Amino acid sequence: MKKLMTCIAMAIAISACKPAETTGTAPAAAASIQINGAGATFPYPIYSKWFEEYGKTHPNVKINYQSIGSGGGIKQLTAQTVFFGATDGPMSDEQLKSAPGPILHFPTVLGGVVPIYNLPGVTSQLRFSGPVLAGIYLGQITKWNDARIAKENPGVNLPATDIAVVHRSDGSGTTYIFCDFLSKVSPEYKSKVGVNTSVSWPAGVGAKGNEGVSGLVQQTPGAIGYVELIFALQNKIPFAAVQNKAGAFVTASLESVTAAAANVKMPDDFRISITNAEGNDAYPIASFTWMLLYQNPQDTERAKIMADFLKWALSDGQKDAAALHYAPLPKSVIDLEMAALARLAS
Amino acid sequence: MNTTFKSRDDRGFRIGTGAIAALVLLVVLGIGFELTRQSLLSIAKFGFGFWKGTTWDPVSGEFGALPFIWGTLYSALLALLLSTPIAIGIAVFISELSPRALRQPLTYLTELLAAIPSIVYGLWGVFVLVPAVRKLELMTPESWKKIPLFKGPPLGVGMLAAALILAVMVIPLTSSVAREVLKNVPSTQREAAYALGATRWEAIRIALGFGRTGIIGAIMLGFGRALGETMAVTMVIGNNPQLSASLFAPQYTMAAVIANEFSEAADELYLHALIEIGLLLFIITIIVNLISRVMVRSRRTA
Repeated sequence: MKKLMTCIAMAIAISACKPAETTGTAPAAAASIQINGAGATFPYPIYSKWFEEYGKTHPNVKINYQSIGSGGGIKQLTAQTVFFGATDGPMSDEQLKSAPGPILHFPTVLGGVVPIYNLPGVTSQLRFSGPVLAGIYLGQITKWNDARIAKENPGVNLPATDIAVVHRSDGSGTTYIFCDFLSKVSPEYKSKVGVNTSVSWPAGVGAKGNEGVSGLVQQTPGAIGYVELIFALQNKIPFAAVQNKAGAFVTASLESVTAAAANVKMPDDFRISITNAEGNDAYPIASFTWMLLYQNPQDTERAKIMADFLKWALSDGQKDAAALHYAPLPKSVIDLEMAALARLAS
Repeated sequence: MNTTFKSRDDRGFRIGTGAIAALVLLVVLGIGFELTRQSLLSIAKFGFGFWKGTTWDPVSGEFGALPFIWGTLYSALLALLLSTPIAIGIAVFISELSPRALRQPLTYLTELLAAIPSIVYGLWGVFVLVPAVRKLELMTPESWKKIPLFKGPPLGVGMLAAALILAVMVIPLTSSVAREVLKNVPSTQREAAYALGATRWEAIRIALGFGRTGIIGAIMLGFGRALGETMAVTMVIGNNPQLSASLFAPQYTMAAVIANEFSEAADELYLHALIEIGLLLFIITIIVNLISRVMVRSRRTA
């Protein structure tokens, strides 16, 4: 029996030897400062480009970013395991309350979501209004030659086939933005589905990631799906035009996405949805992506660096956006953010 | 406990290996404990209703696991039905019938199937299997579509594609264990059968009967693999939580929903519900293993 006890004691001793907790603010090597962040996958390509460019002019600063998803970024920021977070959907009041200190949102670039479809024989670009898209995703419009689709696409020979609805299966900011738009234009969509990174879909099949959705749409005749604008542009996937609040059918482009942010009345905390925005040339399924920082972090040295980095990203950094297919921020928003950063740094 | 040891070395060896064995037990207990601890919010809110709830709505914060449990068990069972005859056929051919020169290459090839990463299976599923299944669904006569087993639009993705891909992934596992089992059947068994005038088929049946506990073990091992498989399944099953008997309907599994939604789940209750799904999968896997143990044991005494 004694031997058995020793065995167990040893096992406990071994399992107790956990590696020390790693923190985001690990002591940096002399003269070099490491800042860790985590969050959304959508801005990852431009953030890594920015951190690399910024590192060239500031060789003592190394910013690490893990693209673990918006939800994960918010969790890690709240738990203070990273110094900054990043998200595609603004934090909710509840999430902000559960954080140990006030958190600030800073828009960095813009993105859009576009409807893609696979209709053999249809060569002209399709046009959708918000309510029709909502009807399709609610499972109420089930045929391509439905009168509501035909009305918006005069002259297009729509087939009498079933619509195969494809949505994201993984939690995603893309889903959040898409549902945010549909909830604004359709009260029924808002009450039945709502807005989140994952929702309870009334219709269709789920595919993982932009590549999964576009793959399934391209394979399935009669399918409709939604992907990030960047993904569609990079892969040259044709997409539909969407009707905006002013009534115009707009094809998503970097300009029309930036235009969506130009006319908004920005609140002080920058937490705003810009889907279904005002303006004739505004694309309606657009959104900011945000960096998240604590307002009063104890580590003032890193806070100063991040403020300086953001100032650079909002000025010189914006020039890198278009090459990576991100829509740059409009000047009005940059001015407001610069003012907020000036207050933060003082 | 009262064995006397010949030397200190023996004793040290015994304690060391014992500690490692105890560690495994502790890890299992630790997983169970941690999964429970991290899903307390969901357990407190839904109780046993979580097992039978059919809604999964992260927006309104209502969570039920039944469609995921159903999808997991259904896909794994279908995979088992498809893979078992093939896997045992392969094992019998390799160990009993194959010419000596073919034996090694065949063994190598089936085992190669097990070495392919599941994401590769998933990609193959998306680009080859799903279009093929869609063609099959389009060929299904309308009259068949009234049967619940074949209801649904021809999407390609869905239960059938998932079961097929799982079957392919399970075959090498089941067949290699079954082959080892057949190899260990003493040759005296077969010789005795032949001596009594048995045909080759009868002799093989006797060998299979002799190794049945091991073969059941092999099948259950495959079932366990099918229950937990994540990536390949989520890529072809359609990810729609619904209770449907149809082979053509998109469905969802427990492992897939965790993989899909975990990284973006920022809400506490949502997170706890996802971890509770993990807890349920853990419990179901343990139950399946227990059942297979009982089956093996009862066969042994029979």
